[in-house]
Parts: sequence; C-alpha cells; structure tokens
Amino acid sequence: MINQIYQLVSPRQYEVAYKEFSLNDDHIIVRPTHLSICRADQRYYTGKRGKETLAKKLPMSLIHEGIGKIVYDPKKEFKVGTKVVMVPNTPTESDEIIAENYLESSKFRSSGFDGFMQDYVFLDRDRVVPLFKEMDPNVAAFIELITISMHALSRFEKKAHSRRNVFGVWGDGSLGFITALLLKRAYKNSKVIVFGKNAHKLERFSFVDQSYQIDNIPSNVRIDHAFECVGGIGSQSAINQIIDTITPEGSISLLGVSEYPVEVNTRMILEKGITLIGSSRSGRQDFVNTVDFLKENQDIIEYLETLIESVQPVKTIQDIINAFEKDLTSSWGKTIMLWRI
Amino acid sequence: MIYAAILAGGKGTRMGNISMPKQFLTLKDRPIIIHTIEKFILNDRFEKIIVISPKEWLNHTKDIIKKYIGEEERIAVTEGGKDRNESIMSGIRYIDEEFGINDEDIIVTHDSVRPFLTHRIIEENINYALEYGAVDTAIEAIDTIIQSEDGESISDIPVRSTMYQGQTPQSFNIKKIVKLYKSLSEKEKSILTDACKICSLNGTTVKIVPGELFNIKITTPYDLKVAQALFKESTVHD
Repeated sequence: MINQIYQLVSPRQYEVAYKEFSLNDDHIIVRPTHLSICRADQRYYTGKRGKETLAKKLPMSLIHEGIGKIVYDPKKEFKVGTKVVMVPNTPTESDEIIAENYLESSKFRSSGFDGFMQDYVFLDRDRVVPLFKEMDPNVAAFIELITISMHALSRFEKKAHSRRNVFGVWGDGSLGFITALLLKRAYKNSKVIVFGKNAHKLERFSFVDQSYQIDNIPSNVRIDHAFECVGGIGSQSAINQIIDTITPEGSISLLGVSEYPVEVNTRMILEKGITLIGSSRSGRQDFVNTVDFLKENQDIIEYLETLIESVQPVKTIQDIINAFEKDLTSSWGKTIMLWRI
Repeated sequence: MIYAAILAGGKGTRMGNISMPKQFLTLKDRPIIIHTIEKFILNDRFEKIIVISPKEWLNHTKDIIKKYIGEEERIAVTEGGKDRNESIMSGIRYIDEEFGINDEDIIVTHDSVRPFLTHRIIEENINYALEYGAVDTAIEAIDTIIQSEDGESISDIPVRSTMYQGQTPQSFNIKKIVKLYKSLSEKEKSILTDACKICSLNGTTVKIVPGELFNIKITTPYDLKVAQALFKESTVHD
C-alpha cells in the first residue's frame, strides 16, 4: 500500500511523502483520528531546534500524542475498529534493568523517525493500548502527555523516601496541571502545592491545596518532594527554588526539557542530601497504567477536559499549518487536530 | 450497504509496447492494482470490494491478490463489460446476485491505476454518496482548458476558475445509477462513457470531493516514471 506521510521539510513547511508498506508485515495498522500538538513538535515546526538538528532529522512527520482506530491486524487479534492510543517510544531490544524509554537503541516518533501525521500508522503489535468506551477522544489524544507524569510518579515511588506529607509542583502549564492532578489522586492524604509564574494559569488549579506565584512564596513553606515541570531556561530558577524550599533528603523529579545546560546549586543538593530523579518520555507499561487509572478515576477526565484549548479539523496541509500557528498563539492548554486528511 | 468497485478493465493499449495491462505493472515491487485494493481494505465501511477485470485476466488478478494480500473475504473478482459503465453494471450485477440491492446502498468506483488515493478521499466519497447519491472526485484545473471541435482551431476557452479535472473515485447510489443507465438508448450509452455525466444530464446533483494532485492515473510510461519519482525522499528546503 502507498502511505501518505505528512512531513515537515523545513520550518513551517510541510510536504507529502509516499512510502510503500505491506499489509502482511505483522504491523498493526491504525488510522489516526485525534492528534495533539506538543511543545517538542513546535520546536521543530518553528525551527528552534537549531540548524544542525533540523538538517539531521528533517524531513520528518511530527506528532507523538495521538489516538486512532485499528483498521487492520494481519493476525486478527485486535478487532477492526478498536480505539487505541498509540505508543511513540519504539524499542528495538529489551533490558532487565533499563526501561524501554531510556534504552539508547529505542526510537521515538517525531524525534528521529516519523510521527503520527500519516494516512495510516504502521505500529509494532505492542505499541497500541486499547481505550475504554467512556474516554473523551480529545482528552485521549494527549494521553501520551499524561503518561509522562505517570512515568515520573512510578519512578518517584521506587526511588524517594516514604514521607509524603507535602508535594510541590513547579510549573503552571499542561504538564504541571496533569502532574498535580495525578499526585492529588494517587496520594489522597498528601498536600499538593503548585508554584507558577502566571496568576491566571494558577487559578485553573482548583483541585490543589495551595498555589503560589514564584515571586511571592512565604518563607515558611516547606515540601517533602518536588516535581519540576517547567522546562526551558526557566528550569534553572525553578530547580534552585526547589532546592531552597525542600526539606533534607527530599527528591526532585525533573520533567522539564531544556535546550540549554542548566546551572544548579550543587552545594545545597549535597548539604540537604537531595535526590534528583531524571524522568523522560514513557513506555508501554505507563500507557497501560494511565488508561487503567483514567478508567478507575473517570471524574478526573473532566479536569483534563479543561486543558483542551482548541479542536481543529484538519483536511489539508494548510489546515495542519493553521493548527500549529493557532497553537503557538494560545497561552494555555492543548491543540487537538481532528485528523481528516 | 457500502461497496467498492475497482475498475481494472484496461488492457494497456496506452502503455506502449507492453503485453500486460497497466494495472499489473510493478510499482515499488508490487502490482499497481494491489496498492489500490489495499487502500480499500483499510476502510472497514466496505461490505465488499469488487475487483472488475477483463475476462482473460481474471485468473491472473485472483493469483496476485492471493500472493500479495492473502485470503481476504471482502474481496471478490468478477468479469468486466465492454466499457467503463458496462463494467460498473457488471459489478452491480454481482452485488445484486450475492446480496440484493437496497435503496440506500452505494458503490464507490475507482480506477485500479490510481493507487495514490487517500483515506479522506474515500471517506468523503462514501459520506457524500450516502447524502447526495452521486459524487465525483476532482481537482481545480491547473492549465487553461481549451476546447476545439475540429482539433485544429479553438472553438472556446472556458473560464479556468470554473474548470476542474476529473479523477476517481466516482460514487453512486446503486439504484439511482442503474435506473439512469437503463433509461439510455444504446447510442447514448456509447457516447456517455462517464457515469457522473449520466447523472448530471439527468439533473441529479453530483457532489464534488476535492481530489489530490498526486492522485494520478498511471496509464502511460511517463505516468509510471512520475509515480516512481514520488517515492524519492523529499528534499529539505533552505
């Protein structure tokens, strides 16, 4: 079959590429239905990734957050029409210690190989996780983002000490929102405090116990563990603020991606015996855990719906560009593309 | 119910000195018609995908489907007629014999030599055929179209913005197209080779689905070269 792949060829320019696939290569074939734009996609789209990276990686199809329906399974294990979330991390080996998303041999959609902006996506058998009937498809479109928080929580659970009275979440964007929401639900007896830059964004965190603007934190505030969801150059001040606020032997989970090297106050990390936990992307198990979690906690889907800023039907390449441009101008939440191309 | 008819009636006369019909020529290691059929298999709204082939190529068509696609119960291969519309009617006869025809049944007809069609084009054909009863796929004309009655001088130059180039699929409410076709005289049948034209002349609204520039029909050696070139990696623009 000739598959159309919508690739970014240079900043702000998409073209169709054509690739030949066989139906019988033991791939699950998924027709994408709802795709969600990530900040990482925007860094490619706007050309912020730097000339060298762009020259190496483009042309490439973007988007690694999305759902679709199964249209073909050569082994007929999945029923045609099954709604699934697609897993962008694609391991080529397994390791008993290192998780699939940290293996250097793993490939990741829309970062090294083609993302989900295709007529049909051909996936390895274990790279799809079925959704449940009640799941809002626009929220399901960004399940991948939720798995990032879920993955960080499971790493935290394995590596951090057991006192969990107060959590601090730095970052008032989508990832901070989701992480705070999951913490609040996973640790019902703990207090969750959000630290952010923008008052109008912090107002949306109605479910947390407390929120502070980062330039106005009372001196007596203390937290046991922190989750940094800031990213970019802002990571630096966030991490240093966390180091000042955290009680000794606490853990800091780092989730925010930065293009720049970040300077942190290692003297105080040493003095307080702080554990830094790096956390990046997610694997199949995190998708399974996330879908199960959402199924058991369906009321939080309503909170997640408030993250949807815009839903854009996409039928042409111009519609793709319009969706990316609209996403760039929105200060909050997620842009979902209804994939009708 | 929703049916697909892949029209593989051509015998390759336009492809030059080639003994095999053009739909069987190889593009990326697979016959063109296989690429086309596979796009239809991936749409689960089709009850049956009927491949319509010239009589002498029926076995060959069945063999390559088995070889490249395997057992797929939704595919049926049947013999075509003397021209395009007769082939469509032949597909419809097959449907009638196997399943009977209901008022709302539609058929999406497609050239076997247009393997680049997309999911959207098929979906919109289905949706509009269910709603309007007749659908054509077309793109806006790029070149100016000139009309000539005698082939030597211009008789008219229509306004380009109102000109479109027809592609396929063309999709119809089955009962409607059969009724219209049967009402034609033999002479009309020989002139009206385009099923959408039959609908349009009758006053039926034929809805246009936007095609794609790349939804090309591979009928000449030049087309095959273009098709092969489309697979080359995109170039990165500075």
